[in-house]
Amino acid sequence: MIRVILPPHLRSLARVNGEVVLEVEGRVTLRSALDALEVSYPMLRGTIRDHVTQERRPFLRFFACSEDYSNESLDVALPQAITAGEEPLLVIGAIAGG
Amino acid sequence: MSIVRVLVGTRKGAFLLSSDGKRDKWDVSGPHFAGWEIYHVKGSPADPNRLYASQTSGWFGQVIQRSDDGGKTWFQPGTPPGEPTAGPGGMPKGESNKFVYDTSAETGKPLTTHQFYDGTQHPWEFKRVWHLEPSHSDPDTVFAGVEDAALFRSTDGGVSWHELAGLRGHGTGPKWQPGAGGMCLHTIIQDAKKPNRIYIAISAAGAFRTDDGGKTWRPINRGLRSQYIPDPEAEVGHCVHHVALHPSRPDVLFMQKHWDVMRSDNAGDSWHEVSGNLPSDFGFVIDVHAHQPETIYVVPIKSDGEHFVPEGKLRVYRSRSGGNEWEPLTKGLPQRDCYVNVLRDAMAVDTLDSCGVYFGTSGGQVYASSDAGDSWNPIVRDLPAVLSVEVQTLP
Repeated sequence: MIRVILPPHLRSLARVNGEVVLEVEGRVTLRSALDALEVSYPMLRGTIRDHVTQERRPFLRFFACSEDYSNESLDVALPQAITAGEEPLLVIGAIAGG
Repeated sequence: MSIVRVLVGTRKGAFLLSSDGKRDKWDVSGPHFAGWEIYHVKGSPADPNRLYASQTSGWFGQVIQRSDDGGKTWFQPGTPPGEPTAGPGGMPKGESNKFVYDTSAETGKPLTTHQFYDGTQHPWEFKRVWHLEPSHSDPDTVFAGVEDAALFRSTDGGVSWHELAGLRGHGTGPKWQPGAGGMCLHTIIQDAKKPNRIYIAISAAGAFRTDDGGKTWRPINRGLRSQYIPDPEAEVGHCVHHVALHPSRPDVLFMQKHWDVMRSDNAGDSWHEVSGNLPSDFGFVIDVHAHQPETIYVVPIKSDGEHFVPEGKLRVYRSRSGGNEWEPLTKGLPQRDCYVNVLRDAMAVDTLDSCGVYFGTSGGQVYASSDAGDSWNPIVRDLPAVLSVEVQTLP
């Protein structure tokens, strides 16, 4: 079981409050985590990854255990703390403020 | 008694404004989809409780929303809340947000590039849906005008979308280019008398018409003159801002171009200017009175760089002669220190006996006139910047 924190716009779209909890089968990577997220919340398809290319949308970033995974391969394994549900995977809108 | 429902899209959500036929007291519902840009909300003429909304974000992309109860509840087509996440046959839900350009062999053209700002060729990239136009006869059929400019259609209530690729593929696509707001297909008009005839307009390419239900298209820009492009009378490249017609007379079109208000009496085969005595013939909106096909409305805007109303005065101009002779309509509208804009999809009319006219501003006001423009009152004053206004007249 992993935890995912979505940006506010996507929480409202998915009709969830706070964290999302997901079961991920097998190795936990960004790809498997996002796949599981989209199975549970299909309304999020296309909002984090492009519908066609499956690439990360340009103005979103991924963080895990304070590390920036935005430009890592989607198939890189996430840290054990994410896999164990001790720390959440963060999906963040790339906005500093303003 | 009739009910009027005004569907308002703003920079930060959608609002539904409802009144009885007197149109003096309004209920405000919203914000729906708070925080998201709502480019357009429109109801189906065949089923007024069926509404479609374009919810979009530069960060999170495109979302299509649908309501089957007049805006009380909303869902993404194919993915109602609480239902299984895959449809019959295993089709994944969430497809309703998927707009993929058609590159199939049937289109016969390499639909890959248009002209970019700097004159180079640039690939088509989907950004958002600007306009949703439900079919006159079928609530499940709806057209979507998108940026980068293309026309899509859904025949399953918005669950899936397919491009009518003959538009981009007819040959002039490489000469289309983005306007200041992007390269958007913003106007879709179905001919009520000829079901296979559809007009569309693109900034900055021009107006186009199909007479076979969207399979083949041709530019209809003869008579347009745009000083800011290399060939002012080019076949395409004109920044058309909006087009309107009266349903009873679908061969007569009125156009607000970047500059110039234009008229065609032959379904767009040729155009002539009817700007007449307008204080500025730049603007975005144009619409037609519900019962008087020669009565039209525009809101002059000062441009190129300023994009607010001239002289600090918010004035709707009305022509009762199909153009050329215009009168300012000012009663109830601010006539000093006003610097708002009125965007291309932000005016609409109702069909009550005394025609109501509505428009929304970049300052968040939605104004209504229940006497065809003679006088105006704000329904709301402090919404987010208004992107679009549509009206439903319900029995």
